[in-house]
Amino acid sequence: MPTVKFTPALKRFFPGLKNTPAKGATLAEILGELELNYPGVRSYLLDEQGHLRKHVNIFIDGTIIKDRTALSDLFTENSEIYIIQALSGG
Amino acid sequence: MRSTLLLGTRKGFIAYHTQNNYWQIENISFEGMPVSIAYADPRNSTWWACLDHGHWGVKLHRSKDRGNTWEEVVAPAYPEGEEIKDGLPAATRYIWSMAHGGKNFHSKLWVGTDPGGLFLSEDGGDSFQLVESLWKHPTRKEGWFGGGRDQPGIHSIVVDPRDENHIHVAISCAGVFETVDAGKTWEIRNKGLRADFLPDPAAETGHDPHILVAAPTNPDILWQQNHCGIFRSKDGSKSWEDVSQPQGPARFGFAIAVADDNPDQAWVAPAHSDENRTAIKGALSICRTDDGGKSWKDCRNGLPQNACFDIVYRHALANSADNVAFGTTTGNLFFSPDRGESWQVLNNYLPMIYSVQFAD
Repeated sequence: MPTVKFTPALKRFFPGLKNTPAKGATLAEILGELELNYPGVRSYLLDEQGHLRKHVNIFIDGTIIKDRTALSDLFTENSEIYIIQALSGG
Repeated sequence: MRSTLLLGTRKGFIAYHTQNNYWQIENISFEGMPVSIAYADPRNSTWWACLDHGHWGVKLHRSKDRGNTWEEVVAPAYPEGEEIKDGLPAATRYIWSMAHGGKNFHSKLWVGTDPGGLFLSEDGGDSFQLVESLWKHPTRKEGWFGGGRDQPGIHSIVVDPRDENHIHVAISCAGVFETVDAGKTWEIRNKGLRADFLPDPAAETGHDPHILVAAPTNPDILWQQNHCGIFRSKDGSKSWEDVSQPQGPARFGFAIAVADDNPDQAWVAPAHSDENRTAIKGALSICRTDDGGKSWKDCRNGLPQNACFDIVYRHALANSADNVAFGTTTGNLFFSPDRGESWQVLNNYLPMIYSVQFAD
């Protein structure tokens, strides 16, 4: 099962956040599973239309995802999915 | 006298409290986070913080114990499939205004957003629904556009205390809209406004009211600091009259406040032109009219008059009885105990200030 890792910046809002194995065939399903573990976290990553927020990035095994709208990038059973914040101004 | 000042700033929610004429900070919350609006609901003393996380989106929090603890509630969200324009999905980009629904509607709370959606909660803010009638207004997709922000935004919600189903909203850029049936139907109220930046300055929509307020003692008298001057209505928004000083300084700016006890008394915070958006000639002033805009008094006593770049954002000028306060883009907070005749500095070192409100 893929493991999801998070930027430490999210711990301010979700103090219990830790590396989390998550089931799912798609990134959208993975994020849905995270929502069960950490209620509310999905709205920090996606807007209400299900699109990745502008200043959030997701890497799968070190590669940034390409599809920020439908979240269709592929991953494997052993993938590491890393959710980070984009760097932006002061 | 209202003894609390709430500030929404670029780096947090800040509450000041006064005792014996001495203002000091009572609470700082959400340190480091942009707070577009800090709002106190006078019906129940609930504090609201509208957050604009750079990374994590728009969030809404409330506190029932003066900021000691906060609870996150689900922020207003656009229904699936809604679009700003054809092909451009609608999502909440900013909370730009908040207003309680009045004493007869204890659970109602209105929220205005970029990209142009008005939301209503009927359960005290536990959940919000898009007001479809305004969102589906036939002028929206073609006649509204960004002004101050990339997309249209509702920055003013004015609930008539005599009839709380009677509401005005102001939108940049679209103009003023009025409902008399609690938001079921809307009328455009831009007659007499002038949009100098449009090919047709008298266009039906596309106007840029920077902020809209109503006189508490006579809500048929409305004031707006508009992109193209200061306008006043004496007939409940059916027509508008330009009450600017032709040569300024009371002309361009963002903020306006009207006295609690006098519909003819109002304050504005003039700025140097659309192009510059700085203090005029490096000096800060607040202008006050006592005669419905026929004349304006320049109130500078105690304000910086040299090498000053401050301007005042649209929600950052407030009044309560004789007290007036305003916060600036460079983080200065000023207070007047005498309707602007003299000013005191409360702080020179705050973050950029987005909103100021007097509260109990």
